[in-house]
Formats: sequence, C-alpha cells, structure tokens
Amino acid sequence: MSDKSYEMQTSLAEMYPKELLGEMFRRMTLVREFELRAIAERRAGLIPGFIHSCVGQEATAVGACLALQPDDVITSTHRGHGHLIGKGGNPKFMMAELAARSPGYCLGRGGSLHISDYNLGILGANGIVGGGIPIAVGAALSFSIRNEQRVAVAFFGDGATNEGAFHEAANEAGVWKLPVIFFCENNLYGEGTPQSKQAAVADLAIRASSYGFPGVSVDGNDIIAVYEATLAAVERARSGGGPTFIEAKTYRQRGHYEGDPQVYRSPEEIEVWKGRDPIPAFRQRLIQEGVFSDSDLEELEGSVFLQLEEAVKFAAGAPKPEPKDALSGVYVDDHNGLVF
Amino acid sequence: MRILSYSEAIREAMAEEMRRDPCVFLMGEDVGTFGGVWGVSQGMLQEFGEARVRDTAISEIAIIGSALGSAMTGMRPIAEIMFADFLMCAGDQIANQVAKARFMSGGKANVPLTIRITNGAPGSSAAQHSQSAESWFMNFPGLKIVVPTTPADAKGLLKTALRGEDPVLFFEHKMLYAVKGHVPEDPEFMVPFGKASVARKGKDVTIIAIGIMVQKALEAADVLAKEGIQAEVIDPRTLVPLDKETLIQSVAKTGRVIIAHEAHKRSGPGAEIAAVLAEEAVEYLDGPILRVAAKNVPLPYSPELENYVLPGMQDICGAVHRLMPFTP
Repeated sequence: MSDKSYEMQTSLAEMYPKELLGEMFRRMTLVREFELRAIAERRAGLIPGFIHSCVGQEATAVGACLALQPDDVITSTHRGHGHLIGKGGNPKFMMAELAARSPGYCLGRGGSLHISDYNLGILGANGIVGGGIPIAVGAALSFSIRNEQRVAVAFFGDGATNEGAFHEAANEAGVWKLPVIFFCENNLYGEGTPQSKQAAVADLAIRASSYGFPGVSVDGNDIIAVYEATLAAVERARSGGGPTFIEAKTYRQRGHYEGDPQVYRSPEEIEVWKGRDPIPAFRQRLIQEGVFSDSDLEELEGSVFLQLEEAVKFAAGAPKPEPKDALSGVYVDDHNGLVF
Repeated sequence: MRILSYSEAIREAMAEEMRRDPCVFLMGEDVGTFGGVWGVSQGMLQEFGEARVRDTAISEIAIIGSALGSAMTGMRPIAEIMFADFLMCAGDQIANQVAKARFMSGGKANVPLTIRITNGAPGSSAAQHSQSAESWFMNFPGLKIVVPTTPADAKGLLKTALRGEDPVLFFEHKMLYAVKGHVPEDPEFMVPFGKASVARKGKDVTIIAIGIMVQKALEAADVLAKEGIQAEVIDPRTLVPLDKETLIQSVAKTGRVIIAHEAHKRSGPGAEIAAVLAEEAVEYLDGPILRVAAKNVPLPYSPELENYVLPGMQDICGAVHRLMPFTP
C-alpha cells in the first residue's frame, strides 16, 4: 500500500528467485487483462452471463496461490477468475466457459460462477456466498485422514464472514486442527453494502480467535505481503499446526457485477483506491529494485495480450453444446434415464 | 438367513464397507462415543477409531459441506443427520452444492457421498423432530433419494449407495430401527436403485406405500383380504430413481391406486407419483388416484392430536373402500 514500507525491506532480488517475481507480475497482469477482455467480450456479445470482476484484487489471488504446491487445493467464489488463473487455470478454457462453449472448463454448464479444474486442485468457484468454505474444510479433512501433507485454501470475501457456513466450517477446522487456510479478501463491500454496516468489527481477522486459531491482517494490495502471510500459514498447516485466517485488505475497483450502478460509494473513493492499484505498484518496484527492466516487463505484458487474444479466438471459434447434452453429467449412473 | 434389526442391518452395511474400503468413513452428531442417538453406529468407534468415526459439532452446514469436500478429494463419506428436520440447516450445501457439483463442473466433480437421515414421527416428538422429509429434495436434480423399509432393503440399498458414485439421501424411519427381518449374510448382497419391491401381490387395488407406510399397508391388506379385497402393496424403495414400470404394471392390473406416505400430503412424494401415473397410466385407472398422508399441519405433540394428523392403517382401508365402487 505504501512505498515507504518497501524502503525498510531487503531488496526483492535478494529474497526471492527472479522467476517467482516475474511469475507474480505475469499472473497478476494476466488476471487483470483477462477481466478487462472478458468485460469487453461480454459487451460485444460473446459472453451471455454475469461477470463479477476482481479488478484491483489481483495481488490477493495470485500472491496466495503462488504460495501453494500443485497438489494443494482451493475453493473460490463468484469473484473467482483471479483464483483460477492464480492456481494455474488456462485462460483458453476459462474464456470458452464464459462464452458457454463445449470445450469450456465445465462444458458450458457452469459459466463464470462455477469454473473448476480438479486436475489443478481448483474445486470450484461458487455462486453462493460462503458456499465453498466448508468444501475446502472437507478437502483438508481428506488430507488429514489420509495423513497427506497437503493444504486447502478457502477464498471468500468479507461478506462471507457473516454467513453461517463460514462460522461452522471455521469451528470444525479449529476443533480438528485441519490443514486449511481461511483466506478472506476484504474488499470493503459485500455486494452493495459496506462492510461497516455488515459487521461490528473492523478487523475481520479477529473472528479467528473464536475458533482457536490465529488470524492475521495484511495489505492485500501488496503481493509480497500476501505471499509471505500465505507461506507462513501453509507451513503451519503442513506441519500439523492447523488453520490460519488471513484477512487481505483490498478493494474492488469495479462494481459488484458489470453493470452495477454503484450508488453505494463515491467516484472519489474509487479514485483513491485506483491510486493503490497493486499491479503498477509492483511493476514500479520491480524496475526500481533492478529485478526487471521496463522492456522485460513489456515483453511479459505482450505475451499476456497474445495469450488472451488466442483465448478469445479459441472461445469464439469453439462449438456450442448440443441442447440434449444438458441431460448428461448430472449423475454417474442415471439408471437408464429413470433419474430424470 | 439370519434375523437382524433394521438398525443392525444399517450398521452391518456401514461396517462391511468400511472394512472393505479405507476411504469410507462416518461423521455426524454423536455418532462416535454415543453410538448415534438411535444406536445405529454403536461399537463402530471401537472398531474403526476416531479418524473414521467422527463426532462433529452440532453444525449441519459443516457436516454436509465438509463431507462434500472430502468426497471431491477422494473419500467416500457417510454423513449422518440426526433428525430429518435438521436438513434445512444444511439446505444450501445439499441443494446448491452437493446436488449440483457434478453437473456444474461438466462432470468432473466426483461426489460419492451418502447422507443418512433419521426420518419420521417417533411419537410425541412434535413439529421439529417428527417430519418425513423424503420429498423435500426431490425437486433438486442430482440427488438420489432412498427410503428403505425392511432390514434387508436397508442393508442392500445402503451398500449400493456406498459403492455408487452419486450423492444419496438415505431416509431411515425411526420407528423401523427395532423392526427385525431376514438379511442375507453375503457381503456382496446389494439392492439396486430404481427397482420397486412388490411387498404383497393382489389384483383389486394397488397401494404404493413409502417407508413405514409399507407396514401399515400390509396390515391393511390383511384386513381387506378378510373382506375379499386383494390389495397389491408396492414399495418403490427409491423415489429418485423411480421404478415407474413396476408401478404402472400394477395399476394396469388393478385399475385402482392409493399412494400412502407419512410425509405431509401437499407436495409429498405421492404428489409426484400421482402425477407420473396421471401422465403415463391414466388409461388404466378406473377411479381417482387417492393419497393417504399426514394432514397439512405441523406435527403435534399430544398423542391424540398426532394420531389424528398422521395417516394410519384405517385411513388406507378407508381409501380402498372409497375406490372399490369404481369399476371399468
């Protein structure tokens, strides 16, 4: 959030491999550009459904996911494109899903709210606020029963911490000391109502104390802070220390959904937060500290644009599902159609 | 064949599958040390240990949601809901997550999850501990709905649920737990879904009975037989999938049909079955499709009030008498 804190730290290049720093920048850029492109393609008519963009929140999703191993799992939210790309999701299949095409991640059955990739440990975005939290706890339960050193991360927003699902799942995870991270992206608004009108506590991290595990608040627009906090929580979970609640304070720069009139906040407030945008800040820091040159980063940005160009081309050219395909994939065994 | 109680048969199905497959485990309120408030899981904690017989907090959302997450990541959980009435606490997880996970993911999510639920009125337990909930989730595609009546069916259907790959709601009537019956010893004994059982053959009237009402329908059939009326009693065993063929064949033979269940009449399981028969078997019917079910009021505490609201053997006989004058 503030450049001053950077001056106090050891330089990035000394602390992290260059590849990791580049990947942080590339994935954040990919998330941002994916969102902007999806919004444009929705306006152009390629995408029929809702989009809840995470523009402004790229550092939380990417910073957290890069602290995970490939066989760790996540559950995501309605604002989930960043988590999916963060965990390695392929923009081609994401864009095709948004466009409701057969080769999309969910064969065109889920759309933005339900994208999953079980091979990448992405157990699904979710259309229900808080709905994925108990599911992540259940994945951690599997790892615990099987004595596997794997971790589950439940992503959710500030609004979800007012849902019963969060509290029941957090309690269960605390009692059983499960390897799960409750990752709260506090973007200050639950849909169109400020968090201050939805919760009587300012720091949501303190909610963890009710369930017997630590809660930490970090600057969610500083990818290094997010990465460090997640890494510590992952280590704690893997070593049997149980859950951690991370509250990453951030801001959603666009509406709750594309088309949201945003009567609940002022343009001035949005401008202030645009000044704290996580991507330009990190870009500047990478150059200032000599990790990458401006042209290095331009090259990365160019590769992202190219990747998205291909993703849109793929989606637009992909076949639509056959109407009768709707009847398959509800069950594994449909008892010769008797279930319908 | 051995005689087992309904609850012993359920326990045997769980224990056999847990011995056979380390991925199967049980979680729920008081299922461990307590052995289940209805005693169904007694002794299982001692055999399988705390990791696989898990006492949970009183948190239905967490029970169902974490069972779902564990199913998605390779386990085969059995989640117990202590009273069917508490299903609504976990409503979102069942209706929006469990039921839809496979479809929404384009078939990638595996959800081998069995939710065992105690169902029905045990007597003077009033409106929040007595409901028959088997039709509540019939309106959510993606779930299978099983309502076993005999000990053998309870075991065989539960084994099918536990070896299947789809989420199942398994409704166990509290007043059946102590009922005894023959249960095959073969550990491979399974009862398929979508296959109704003809509990008694007859030619004059078809009584399609669900759960505990099968017992009452069989009692009614005994009484009716003395009057010279031969009732056929059919237990669908699974409501989703529904064995329409067996129901329609019986109706084609008798021309008269009654549907009996302990769930409330309005939008109970009988409403769906009646609609199926109206759509696909109306040409065989000589009279109206009658439903014998709980009256549309919350279940009362007082035995006098409860008996009045719940359907009984006499109600089935009354419905048969109303139907008999209808002839081809």
